[in-house]
Amino acid sequence: MSEEPRFTLDGRTVPFQDGQTIMAAALAAGIYIPHLCFNPEFTPHGSCRVCLVKVNGRMQASCTTPAAAGQVVQSEIDEVREIRRGLLQMLFVEGNHVCPACEKSGACQLQAVAYYVGMLAPHYTHFYPRRPVDASHPDALIDFNRCILCELCVRASREVDGKNVFAVQGRGIKAHLVVNTPSGKLGATDFSLSDKAAQVCPTGTILSKHSGYEIPIGQRLYDRKPINVVGDVAALAVSKGGRRHD
Amino acid sequence: MIESKLKVATCSLCGCFGCHMSLLDLDERLFDLAEKVEFDRSPLTDLKELGECDIGIIEGGIANVENVHTLLEFRARCKILIAMGACAISGGIPAMRNHYELKDCLEESYTRGIGLVDAQIPNDPEIPLLLDQVHPIHEVVKIDYFLPGCPPSADTIWTFVTQLLAGQPIALPYTQIHYD
Amino acid sequence: MAESSTLAQTIRDIVQRHQKLPTRLLQILREVQDRLTWLSTEAINVVAEELGISPAKVRSVAEFYSFLYTAPRGSYDILFSDNITDRMLGNRELLHYLADRLGVAINGTRADGRVSVGTTSCTGMCDQGPAALVNGYALTRLTKPRLDRIVELVNAKTPLEQWPREFFEVVSNIRRADILLGRHFADGAALRAVLKRGPEAILEEMVKSGLRGQGGAGFKSAAKWQSCRNAPGEVKYVVCNADEGEPGTFKDRVLMQDYADLVFEGMTVCGRVIGARQGFVYLRGEYRYMVDALKATLQRRREAGLLGAAILGDASFEFDIDIHLGAGAYVCGEESALIESLEGKHGVPRIRPPFPTTHGYLNKPTVVNNVETFASAAKIAVEGGNWFASRGTAESKGTKLLSLSGDCERPGIYEYPFGVTVRQVLEDCGARDAQGIQMAGPAGHMISAKLFDRRICFEDLATGGSFMVFDQRRDILDGIRNFAHFFVHESCGFCTPCRVGTSLMRDLVDKVHTGHGTRADLEEMRKLGQIMRVASHCGLGQTAPNPVLDSLDQFPESYERRLRSTAFEPAFDMNAALEQARWLTGRTDPDAYLDEEILSRAMP
Ligand SMILES: Cc1cc2nc3c(=O)[nH]c(=O)nc-3n(C[C@H](O)[C@H](O)[C@H](O)COP(=O)(O)O)c2cc1C
Ligand code: SF4
Ligand code: SF4
Ligand code: SF4
Repeated sequence: MSEEPRFTLDGRTVPFQDGQTIMAAALAAGIYIPHLCFNPEFTPHGSCRVCLVKVNGRMQASCTTPAAAGQVVQSEIDEVREIRRGLLQMLFVEGNHVCPACEKSGACQLQAVAYYVGMLAPHYTHFYPRRPVDASHPDALIDFNRCILCELCVRASREVDGKNVFAVQGRGIKAHLVVNTPSGKLGATDFSLSDKAAQVCPTGTILSKHSGYEIPIGQRLYDRKPINVVGDVAALAVSKGGRRHD
Repeated sequence: MIESKLKVATCSLCGCFGCHMSLLDLDERLFDLAEKVEFDRSPLTDLKELGECDIGIIEGGIANVENVHTLLEFRARCKILIAMGACAISGGIPAMRNHYELKDCLEESYTRGIGLVDAQIPNDPEIPLLLDQVHPIHEVVKIDYFLPGCPPSADTIWTFVTQLLAGQPIALPYTQIHYD
Repeated sequence: MAESSTLAQTIRDIVQRHQKLPTRLLQILREVQDRLTWLSTEAINVVAEELGISPAKVRSVAEFYSFLYTAPRGSYDILFSDNITDRMLGNRELLHYLADRLGVAINGTRADGRVSVGTTSCTGMCDQGPAALVNGYALTRLTKPRLDRIVELVNAKTPLEQWPREFFEVVSNIRRADILLGRHFADGAALRAVLKRGPEAILEEMVKSGLRGQGGAGFKSAAKWQSCRNAPGEVKYVVCNADEGEPGTFKDRVLMQDYADLVFEGMTVCGRVIGARQGFVYLRGEYRYMVDALKATLQRRREAGLLGAAILGDASFEFDIDIHLGAGAYVCGEESALIESLEGKHGVPRIRPPFPTTHGYLNKPTVVNNVETFASAAKIAVEGGNWFASRGTAESKGTKLLSLSGDCERPGIYEYPFGVTVRQVLEDCGARDAQGIQMAGPAGHMISAKLFDRRICFEDLATGGSFMVFDQRRDILDGIRNFAHFFVHESCGFCTPCRVGTSLMRDLVDKVHTGHGTRADLEEMRKLGQIMRVASHCGLGQTAPNPVLDSLDQFPESYERRLRSTAFEPAFDMNAALEQARWLTGRTDPDAYLDEEILSRAMP
């Protein structure tokens, strides 16, 4: 029998299969690498850059970099942590994240990853963009102020729901999420809360209208334990504070 | 041990005093604190004049001219300046007005109410003039430490203050880092 | 009603002409806009319907490219090239002059819908600026008298075809020719060589030649061709990267204009070697003025048996070339974004691996090479690898075309063997008083006079060809600021560090440039630049901080002299932030201001 190939991640040996990315192999080995636009159920995207690791001395996104035998991968080192923190800070100042006024707070992956990388403040100058809120749908609400352009909803709606409800338009800092209808309103689509697209957002952008503050602040998903222990909100059942509707 | 007590000043700019309430939530630990520090200007002491201080703790963001003056004075007089709470750190709830033109905010408040007679936007020089947007304080002066939370819990404040006073690096336990 | 049905018919005809292929979307939108001046929601919906794709997809393309408009635009759309070299030549003054004379706001459209005036990234006319585009066609050597004429022409609604030809004249300015530009090349010679000697032998010559990608990255061309040749699959493609978006470079323009046969021949040789039957030239939108001439050249080649079916009479040798026009997106020069754009999509760089050599255009094996690379390859096929390798240095064989612009007496194209020193180049082009050069464009490196003995080659200073000279009169920070704004405009917005980082960097540079920065801001720039450099998804974001990081090291004094002595300055103009409130309340009392004096009294 031939040996399974391996690489090391922060000193631990990680086996992998041919074609697996560093992220996928780490995940399978139960090692957490922080991430936002990555969700194991979808094709990797590589846009948030938070899953950056040092591979043989070079920074690379672990969600898109193929694992290779003998790679030396470093994740939990100060240099990487600092860059991740910088990326989180960029995401916070780019949008409008008023956590105290956000229903998702405490069960928000963006916030949880920010806690995980030790972000105490957004550091950069705030952009305070003026983005709309779309309450046209009977059951769901979209607060574009919180969107980080991870395109998980775009991918989920296209690949799983077959509805193609969301898209990203515009270039550069003007890039923004849109709803794929002439009016641009969610209410005009066949979007439903049971769609996959309603369950993958790592932020509080896409929310259910009919539930709110059911779990008190302080007892929410990431209030007591960090995300590397709890896991991604999108992968957890509602009963565990996640929002899978199954 | 510390010979002379460290001087601490606090203030609330564009905030809700929630962070200061959290400070009061230190309860009996306030006595321990009082052994190590002496409060200068602060809503806790009601002293209005700011002396030379070791530590300044700021609650709230920057929304008007008075906030700016107070913040600049704190920066000038305090060796270490701390941003306490979501408003000081990122503008917080008050910064939600940044979605709107100042004109709309003021007209909504002063001229569009029901039953208003002779409604107008106040222009009394006594009233601090508003900035067009609310800003976190690190966009105006250098900030040495950030203490997140809305408000940060008394435990968070306590951990922070004890570490700071002991000259240790600040390392808040996971459960004490919160943005809400 | 009638109007909208003619709109629909116009669009239907255009879509029909492109065989209803979604891969032609960008070309279709360009043509629709040519007819309608902008892409209305209605137009977008019709295009979507005709192609059978979602309107949002069409819109995401329409909103991505600078030259496509989703808001009304003047029938005459005039865009001034805004590279630093245009600025050196006084383009800002001309821009304001023209806008005033036409009675239109900058970046606005005149009320009668006749004309719009704005700016655009470098149009590649740096040796003959100040330059502009009118409805996408290049205008060169602008002067006030020329603008006066243009005002008359616009106001008289004179069709572009009747504008004076000399306004559109683009000269080549070849100042120094070596083996590529200098030697005669007989059309078909390379094709005969590949037919006679076979693909393996030509590949062998390519290996011997040591040719490296002339787009700047310097990947060995033979290895790229070999890898694509070996890749499984019947259908393969050859793509010529003529996007030339790097500010300050224009050598590909000269090659396409004067040496198109050589470039096409190089592509055809490549097609034969890798087994491709279709090639594309991705020509930047700024060069649309040469499209007709290029198409004529392609037709002539087909008629001469040098292109199309049965090349040189050999039924097994089939290869044709199509021209795709870009629409104002620097990122589309990045090979995988270019391929996305070729497929009719918005130009977001793909995840690599897989690389284009195995998964390129339509996921088929594809070679993407720079214009100059293909031209060199054609020569190598004829003259042999050793001939090419006799020029240059150990790691950089052959020659390099440099595009010289900025403060020099003789701007233009200079072909040098690799290894030439910066000093030599400066001497040859008549740059007497250079304090620094921007090598390889904003994405490249800033070189101060201390480093003028460095050599241009992959071992030392690699370059795609842009070479902008700043003499002693210039303020280096003007250039840095121009570049910082360029990257904000050109970031595709896909990844966090570039999308957000370019804006943060621009704000910091602006802050220092306007005299509001402190040492803390310089430190901040370094940290931010480091994050962008290591964390960005593609080369654009990775190199975007280069001008700032380089100049902080090489030209510290241009920052220092602008710094405040204070330890910290606000991130925004506080007094300006009171303007609205002053206006709303009518207050003018002292407390209604936060001027410098008040602030400096309070600041330590
Ligand atoms: C943002 C960006 C812009 C680029 N622009 C160009 C370009 O305009 N022309 C070009 O040939 N290569 C450009 N490149 C490099 C291409 O990705 C690719 O390396 C090149 O076309 C390969 O051809 P070569 O090997 O012949 O140089 C660019 C790269 C990046 C990251
Ligand atoms: S989405 Fe997350 S980070 Fe943003 S405001 Fe809501 S809780 Fe905070
Ligand atoms: S709405 Fe949520 S899932 Fe969709 S792109 Fe924005 S952050 Fe990602
Ligand atoms: S670095 Fe990222 S945002 Fe910038 S152009 Fe490349 S992919 Fe787009």
